[in-house]
Amino acid sequence: MKHLLSVRDLDRAAAIGILDLAEDMADVATRAVPKLPTLRGRTVANLFFEDSTRTRLSFEAAAKRLSADVITFSAKGSSVSKGESLKDTAQTIAAMGVDAVVLRHGSSGAARVLADSGWIDAAVVNAGDGTHEHPTQGLLDSYTMRKTLHGAASRGRDLEGVRVTIVGDILHSRVARSNVWLLRTLGASVHLVAPETLLPTGVDTWPVTTSTNLDAALAEAPDVVMMLRIQSERMHAAFFPHEREYARQWGLDDGRFAKLGEDTMIMHPGPMNRGLEISARAADSQQSVILQQVTNGVSIRMAVLYLVLSGENS
Amino acid sequence: MLARTVLQQADIQRALTRIAHEILEANHGGSDLVLLGIPTRGVLLAERIGAILESLEPGSGTTGALDVTMYRDDLSRQPTRTPSPTSVPVGGIDGKTVVLVDDVLYSGRTIRAALDALNDLGRPRAVRLAVLVDRGHRELPIRADFVGKNLPSAADERINVKLAETDGEDLVEISGGEQ
Repeated sequence: MKHLLSVRDLDRAAAIGILDLAEDMADVATRAVPKLPTLRGRTVANLFFEDSTRTRLSFEAAAKRLSADVITFSAKGSSVSKGESLKDTAQTIAAMGVDAVVLRHGSSGAARVLADSGWIDAAVVNAGDGTHEHPTQGLLDSYTMRKTLHGAASRGRDLEGVRVTIVGDILHSRVARSNVWLLRTLGASVHLVAPETLLPTGVDTWPVTTSTNLDAALAEAPDVVMMLRIQSERMHAAFFPHEREYARQWGLDDGRFAKLGEDTMIMHPGPMNRGLEISARAADSQQSVILQQVTNGVSIRMAVLYLVLSGENS
Repeated sequence: MLARTVLQQADIQRALTRIAHEILEANHGGSDLVLLGIPTRGVLLAERIGAILESLEPGSGTTGALDVTMYRDDLSRQPTRTPSPTSVPVGGIDGKTVVLVDDVLYSGRTIRAALDALNDLGRPRAVRLAVLVDRGHRELPIRADFVGKNLPSAADERINVKLAETDGEDLVEISGGEQ
């Protein structure tokens, strides 16, 4: 694997391969020395043109557990605010000798451009590009579902027959897109619930079912309920009248949480707006796997960095 | 390509039985022994030796698997390798005598990686090495303590170890080289 740009580049075997590799990486964390020498001497650059805490830290932790060196670039207070382009920034970083670039960018397709342009030789890992994709988040979500459902017997399995309901701002969510495509590849069925204004045009061509009524969707007893964050930084138009109205209609509040089955998994990519899309009780409950998602994120990113940085073409 | 059989099923069985006896002899009994196989075929051999140990001295056949992929020194020279699971027996390896088990001992680089991997798992009292075939051509100062068969070979020859669990039959054959 030279780059990881989109989960749509992965077939089922490749996706399961990454999840299985992440299982091995997760085992490392439980050992006396939770570190592998695998990427010694390699340098990973985190290029973050958008704010991010958990993704950046997660990639950083993953790279360090594999003994790679990490340099971090965030756009705030950098040359980007002086008007430097993606090309120049990337080439500057590459000139310092970098083997892989982890890119978070506000423009959809930025990672693909960087990978295909020939500006740099380094491997490119997409850590979120605009409203397009966030492949490692999709992978860690599938990993978390598989691990929660099958435990120690997860290796080699897909998600055939698992029913996942994704709720919230589908329109702006790269997390939703990566999840939709990867879950379909792995055999799960996906239902999207959102206000009409937050469903993208063309969603009818996606391999999903959609509705606007959360109560009806939850009454179907899905195996997984994934709540998406209301991204206030992307809410440039009036998509819904008021936050309180959104919370009442599309939030996982205490009332809806109480009606959920005991083994319904509750997921959220974070950071959470408690009281808006998810209530504190639901977020902190037994069936919430939100913290496992964070833990598993490191294992998934270790697997991805290993795959793009090993092999003779690297 | 012509392949010459050097060990048949009965030979392999005898060699493993002898190795099991030698392990017990060297360890002065079966206490605190852990057999760690190196994937893929080393794991199967470790399990077979473990079963023999268990029949000789119950409780002595603790086995596990030690994957060394992430510790190899040739990761950037070869196509991406897929690691196998590592499984360390309950009780760990601290203070135990660990016997590494592999099918073929060649350059010694796999064992070098295994020693590094072991170092990250704990501190064994001693580490020994058991291999089914030692074919020579060492590139590192490493030797095996228990050897099924010494098989001097040319560098351009290939040694294939086949085991019933993965290949349908028990067989060691040598192929290639100048016939």
